[in-house]
Formats: sequence, structure tokens, C-alpha cells
Amino acid sequence: MAERPVAERVRDFSEVDTGLSPQEAIEEAQRCLQCKKPSCVKGCPVEVNIPAFLACVAGGDFLGAARIIKQDNLLPAICGRVCPQEVQCEGACLLGAKDSPVRIGDLERFVADYERALAPRPPTRAEPTGRRVAVVGSGPAGLTAAAELARLGHTVVLFESLHEPGGVLVYGIPGFRLPKDIVRAEIDQIREMGVQILTNHLAGTSVSLPELLAFDAVFLGTGAGLPFFLGIPGENLNGVYSANEFLTRVNLMHADRFPEFDTPVRHAARVVVVGGGNVAMDAARVARRLGARVTLVYRRREEDFPARKAEVARAREEGVEFVTCANPVRILGDQCVTGVECERMEMCGADESGRPEPVAIPGSQFTIDADMVIEAIGQGPNPLLIGRLPGLAYGRRGNVLVDGEGRTAIPKVFAAGDVATGAATVILAMGGAKKAARAIDRMLRDRVGE
Amino acid sequence: MGYKVRMAGQLAERIYQVWIEAPHVARHALAGQFLVIRIDERGERIPLTISAVEGDLVRVIFMAVGKTTYQLATLRPGDEIRDVVGPLGKPSEMARYGHCVIVGGGAGIACCPIIARAAKAAGNRVTGIIGARSSAFLILEDEMREVCDELYVATDDGSRGFHGFAADVLKKVVTEKRPDRVWVIGPAIMMKVTSEVTRPAGIRTIVSLNPIMVDGTGMCGSCRVVVDGKTRFACVDGPEFDAHLVDFDTLMMRQRMYLEEEKVALEQFSSHTCACGGRKSHG
Repeated sequence: MAERPVAERVRDFSEVDTGLSPQEAIEEAQRCLQCKKPSCVKGCPVEVNIPAFLACVAGGDFLGAARIIKQDNLLPAICGRVCPQEVQCEGACLLGAKDSPVRIGDLERFVADYERALAPRPPTRAEPTGRRVAVVGSGPAGLTAAAELARLGHTVVLFESLHEPGGVLVYGIPGFRLPKDIVRAEIDQIREMGVQILTNHLAGTSVSLPELLAFDAVFLGTGAGLPFFLGIPGENLNGVYSANEFLTRVNLMHADRFPEFDTPVRHAARVVVVGGGNVAMDAARVARRLGARVTLVYRRREEDFPARKAEVARAREEGVEFVTCANPVRILGDQCVTGVECERMEMCGADESGRPEPVAIPGSQFTIDADMVIEAIGQGPNPLLIGRLPGLAYGRRGNVLVDGEGRTAIPKVFAAGDVATGAATVILAMGGAKKAARAIDRMLRDRVGE
Repeated sequence: MGYKVRMAGQLAERIYQVWIEAPHVARHALAGQFLVIRIDERGERIPLTISAVEGDLVRVIFMAVGKTTYQLATLRPGDEIRDVVGPLGKPSEMARYGHCVIVGGGAGIACCPIIARAAKAAGNRVTGIIGARSSAFLILEDEMREVCDELYVATDDGSRGFHGFAADVLKKVVTEKRPDRVWVIGPAIMMKVTSEVTRPAGIRTIVSLNPIMVDGTGMCGSCRVVVDGKTRFACVDGPEFDAHLVDFDTLMMRQRMYLEEEKVALEQFSSHTCACGGRKSHG
């Protein structure tokens, strides 16, 4: 699969990877050993029948492959692009032990793109059950639950507070990683399945709690949209953004095209991004595309970055500078940011996550000049709705407590995705949502029988 | 798809009202809450306080200051607003306090009648104080007179009512009647100055903050304000806060974040606006 040259791609928001050709896809799929007990499937949170779809691709039957994937995953063009395959299907591939694993993600993407270019057919729906389910939030979890429930014959209303559905897929992940027309196409398919999507509807207020609970079941997929801040002095200076705000302004509101679009974003010469996850890499790469010199500050070592290795590599290729083992202690400036004061960290012992614990080295302060700071240090569940639903049980980080099938402490209210797990990946949210949708289906069918 | 404008018009110098058909907002809106609009595909999201509700219609009142508000002022009945989301923010904290004073300054008067009505409905005696630069900038006097037990009008130039600031009138009311609760709503500097009047008397005073927002649902943190030394999000923790704990200087500093960009956007809009009223006809 080809990758666009750095000099070209840092000037636009088009996709970095250009995808496999049909011939490349066939050759790559033919490498699959067709294991009797495929470990790749176990590595996949939604258990796509990987050997079967690879066999189709190997034989040139791309539409057949698409049908197989879509039995288990209704958003393959998205997953093919943003799943961390290296720790899932590809990480489990036996070929990986001696050689490189089959490029399952690239093949999933190829198959989905191939099908979308032709005439994609939404999966057939079961007989209408007459049951109504409210799905709250149209990110990966909500879209998956809505699609699955619609396929099972239920009437689904999907509530989204922003003006465009897709959640983090549209406001968070930049177009060069996940083109927005692809997200729109996959959402259109879900609409074609009969899901009613109501944008501009904040569940809990635009739809009151009694109105929401009047549905036969409610699925909460409200994600982890509440940005954390470092809590250091200077944080409210002009030029300090949460990654959520910075990415939303550019990805959703197109601030990169101001004043053609009305939403502005600061154009900075020197940007400091704080954090080491995928969101930090996204923010850094977006800032590069807006023309800034970008320094990413992370308090642990480079090998501890929670971000995917490929994303770290790309950020580096695109000129993002890394300052590791450093922690911001103060943002400098009068009205606007002029710099970030950091201190050096050393790695000691191990914390409860098993990673080394960063400890500040006394007297090690240094300053990085900056006229913009983007904090990408994580997000928690937004309490706006879940904080008002009486009877919900919460975990330590404000997440909604659920059982293995997404049941919350309120009967007929289910939850999955980041709102239940804390900030995680698209595919884990989808896996959880699928399980919850099936549990909702069983609950509704049992009740029909009563 | 979109939300229809049903009534629209000018209320005073650069101050306009628009009534929007948005049942999902109108049916659930309470005093003190706001909505976010995006006029068209290229528009920005801006917060506006809900100023009145009638059936499925919500009213917003705004001063034309930037590109989006100037564009909003060009809308006529039958036109559409692409997106309207709400109601957002916490409703005004309301109870039977006894005597409430609602102070509005400039376009901030927009939010006063709905709060005054809620205060009346909760069994309070309500005094209104509305102030503006001059009579040409004064809005909603009749509406406030109707809902309040008594109403004072002040203008900086004395062209109508008391010659002076709303804060001066408030001082008199505080001294003579010692009210139980006060709302002050207007430009940040007016709220800062006016709410100082009630501090010595320890009268709980509420202000409605209007920082820059994007989503309005707690997702971006653009609307960070400092209250009691802590960072809060005005969109979900507010917009109403205890005036005596608000750091108004940080609010005003953050409101100026995009001054340059706002100028560019307005200049471009003005140069493209002709008799046909804005971007629609220019593709």
C-alpha cells in the first residue's frame, strides 16, 4: 500500500495511505495460512470471520468478502483505517512469528472501499418487532448499536447533540487518517437501514428523561467527551486548547479554511502538544498541517507512548519534534501563551498500570517557546446525561458500570463504548455495542413472549 | 432541513430579535438556558440565551457585532437556520426568595423577562432595572414593565429614565429595600461593576456568563471560566454563577481571543453583502 510523500501530505488533509490495488490485495490475501483454529478471529473484538473473507479476496471475490465482513462489522471502511490491528488480528496472526503478519487491516479497508465504490447494499432487516429503542450518541458505539438493532427488526431513533453524526469519527479523528466522506457513506447505510438520526438533539434536555425512558430500551453511547486539563497555572491563557476543542474546530468546523468557513482557530508559529496518545499525535499532525513548528511533550519515555507505533512514526516523519520524560508545570504568558515551563522526569519503579512511574527531577526546569498549547491528556465520560439518570452506578472515573453485556443498574438502560470503559478504541466500543444490542434484542423478545 | 424563522425584526440600534421554530428546544426550555445555532453549512456555532418561548417557537435577541450576528440579522420569516440545539446549560436556580431584583444591561436585557417571569411564578416580588447607553439602545421596556412589580429605566445619557448607570439604580434599591436575590445580566464589564454593588451587603447575586463556545455540551472546554478560583465550563456548569466568585478579568481576556479573526470575517461578510442579503446568493 502506497503512502503519500511527506512533503505533499503535510500540506493537506487528504488521506496519507492510498490503499491497495486489486492485484496487491489478492497477493496479500493469498499469504493467509487458513488456520483451522484462527487466532486472528479471537484477536478481533467483533470476531470478523477473517480467514473466510481473506479466502474470498484471494479468489478475487471482493463483494463476497464484503458480505462476510459486514455480518460482524458494519463499519469496515472505518475499522480498516483506525483499528490497532497490530495488537488485535494482525498481532495474533501466526505468520507474524517468522515473517510479517497478513495485512488484515489494509485488506478490510480495500474490500470496504471496493464495495462502497460500487453499489453497497445495506444488510437485510428482520421482521419489524414494533419495539422502539433510543440510542444516545452517534459515535462508534451508537452507530454499531443502532445498526445492529435495526437489522434485528427494532425501530431505532439515534440522538446526536452535534449537527453532524459520527461522534469522534467526525470531530476527533482527522481526515488524513479517516476521510469524512467515508464516515458519511457508512452512516448513510445505517440511515438506509431505517435508523432515524436526530442531530441537534441533546438527550436529557432536547429529549427529556421521561421521553427517553418511554422507549422500550435505551442504549447510552455518549463516549468520553469531557476533556481533562493539567490543572497548572496559566492554563486559561489565550492559546491554550484541549485537543477536543482544537480538533473539533478543524475537523468538524473546518477552521483550517477560515474565513471561507466562519469558525476560526489560532494560527500559531510554535505549538506544544502535551500527551502521548493517539489524540496527541492527531493534534500534533493537524497543527503541522496548519503550518506550525510542533513539539510534543510527554512525561514518560518514547517506548511508553500509548499511541499506535505507526502514528508516532508518521508524526515524526511529518516533522513533529518529541520531548520525552518532561512534564509541563506552568504555561507562561500575559494574555496569550508565550511558552511552557517543563521539568524533566525520571522513570522509577512501576505504577499500578505496570508502567514506570515518572518522578520529577528537582531543579530541572526548562522552557519551550510556544504561542499555542494543546492538551491531549485524556478524556472522561461526559456527565451531562449519565449524571442525571437516577439509579445508574458509576465506576471510579465516572464511567457507567455495566455487566458483560452492557446492562447498567437501570433496567432497560444499556451502555457501551467509552462511557462504560473510559477512553479506549473505536473497535472496542463497537464490540461492546454489538454485545449490548444483542442483549437488548433478547430482552425485548422475551418481553414480546410474555 | 433546518429550523424556520417565523418572526424577525429590529428592536433597537443594532439589536435584533428572531423567533425560531424549534419544538425540541421550545418544549423543554427553562429560564436561564441557552441554545447554539449554526446558520448554514459554513457557519460557526454561537450560543444565544433563550429570551422567550411561545408554543414551538423560541426567541433570541442579539446585538449585531460580528459576522454571524450581522448575518442572523438579515434573516426574514420563512428563512431557515441550519442547526439549532438546546436547551443547554443549567436553568436559573429559582425558589421563593422574597424580593428579587433583575438587572439587565444593553442586549443583556434580552434574558431578563424570562427570568423575571420565573421569579414571579415562584412567588417572589420582582423589581426590574434595565439600562442602556441611550434610549436608542433600550429594549423590552414594555415586556419588563408588564412582568415586574416595579421597573426602573436608566440611560447613560439620560435620554430615557434615570440619567446614569443601572448600577446606580441598583445601589438605591439595595439601600432602601435590601432585596434577597439579584440577577445582573449584560456585557462582562457591566456585570463586573454592577455586581460589586451587592457585595458589601452580602446579597447573593447571579450573573450569566457569555464566553466563546463551540459545542455547548462540555466537550471542548473553550468556555472555561474561573469561579471561586476553580476552572469551570460555562456551558454545562453555568451559564449562571455567583457573581461575587467570578473572575471577570479572565472572562474578558478570553472573550478577546479571536478579535483579529472576527474583524476579518466581518470585513469579508460586509464586502460580500448586497441588497439580496448575504452569502446565500453568492454560492
